[in-house]
Amino acid sequence: MPLRLRSTSTRARNAARGVLVALAFVAFFAPRAAAQEPPYFVTYSAALEEPGNLEVSFKNTQAAPRNANPFLGTAMELEYGVKGWWTTEFYLDGQATQHDSTIYTGFRWENRFRPLQREHWINPVLYVEYENTNRADRALLEIVGHDSIADLAIPNAIARTEIEREMELKLILSSNYKGWNFSENFISEKALNESEPWEFGYALGASRPLSLVSKGKYCFFCRQNFAAGLELYGGLGTTDGFGWKQTSQYLGPTVSFGTPRNGPTIFFSPQFGLNDNSAGVLYRFGVSYEIQQIGSIFHRNSK
Amino acid sequence: MHLPVTNKKIRLIPAAITFCAVLLCMAMADGSWLKNVSPDYHAKTNPFAAQPDAIAGGAYLFSDHCAKCHGKDALGRGKHPSLRSERVQKLATDGDLFWLLKNGSLGRGMPNWSAIPEPSRWQLIAYVKSLGVSSTDNSSNTEVPKEKE
Repeated sequence: MPLRLRSTSTRARNAARGVLVALAFVAFFAPRAAAQEPPYFVTYSAALEEPGNLEVSFKNTQAAPRNANPFLGTAMELEYGVKGWWTTEFYLDGQATQHDSTIYTGFRWENRFRPLQREHWINPVLYVEYENTNRADRALLEIVGHDSIADLAIPNAIARTEIEREMELKLILSSNYKGWNFSENFISEKALNESEPWEFGYALGASRPLSLVSKGKYCFFCRQNFAAGLELYGGLGTTDGFGWKQTSQYLGPTVSFGTPRNGPTIFFSPQFGLNDNSAGVLYRFGVSYEIQQIGSIFHRNSK
Repeated sequence: MHLPVTNKKIRLIPAAITFCAVLLCMAMADGSWLKNVSPDYHAKTNPFAAQPDAIAGGAYLFSDHCAKCHGKDALGRGKHPSLRSERVQKLATDGDLFWLLKNGSLGRGMPNWSAIPEPSRWQLIAYVKSLGVSSTDNSSNTEVPKEKE
């Protein structure tokens, strides 16, 4: 259900400020947080949520594309480790566009399954997602088909009326070698409520913690708290026209900072458009906060 | 030669699959992950063993990643076993524990920690081994650990 449409840019700015304040609150006051995930925004690795843990994340994308109003897209993510081999996630998406409005844009429910129980050179994970979002969505959690920055020029009042119900499948491949993580995602997406062709995309990522060993003492800005990497992703066309033509492509460095003593993890990445169909720069930032063993709060035997 | 496939046989297939799945779950629930460790891993030695700096680093990692499940004192918590049992402290080698951290025991709820760099995993093992055996067990896991064959 879309929230009330606000039509002034002042309200949009206030809403964006509200999101930032909420993020800052989570970042500095949350008691527990994230673990071993690489610092990617779009690419998935084989790291699943630990069973019983709940991770709350805010992933934000800000851009000021040519011929369109600047926007801030936000996805709030709840990620729960059901089993060691199964993670489920629920997203709520929204966005604020300058000179336009701030709206709720839909939800997503995704599941990731690890079919192989052991660690291998390449570890596959199967990903299944159901999306119910409208065309005003700006979270840009994946780029597929012929997605273009021109799509973002459509006013929210029009774009929000077009609901997209989609099934998304991903094959996630991931390897860990000498502290490095290498992940490759192959994405396919199909609209369920429209007769559109299958859309394809990809995402590649490589990252490494800045330190491979842990210091045995508290320190805030130690290398052990940082990880850095690179992401490359984009569309690969559709079944009607597979390839790079008329697709968006992005490349950018990414960094994460895990605050010590199980504090929240903060992510940042400027991602640069590689062709005319892409935005000049997408600024992505996020914060994640992990509540470990959330079920134990309600469990009598737990201490 | 083609044998006729009867409806009865077709109905037996899901039952057989279910039976095998139950057997698999029972096999995984006996705490026998040690049997799965290859000789290569079993023989691995910890480059950080008994090094005070590494143990301190391991303690830091333990509080971040392990304490919530296994307890701050590593004596277990809820269904999560004690890491100060004879099995972990005496029977399992450092290499066995390294294998467990790398692969996890996904069917039993132990995630794999392969995304943590190898040196950090060795630090964790150095810390856990430094804790020594304790007869106290705070977990509600009543399974009897099996000996390694």
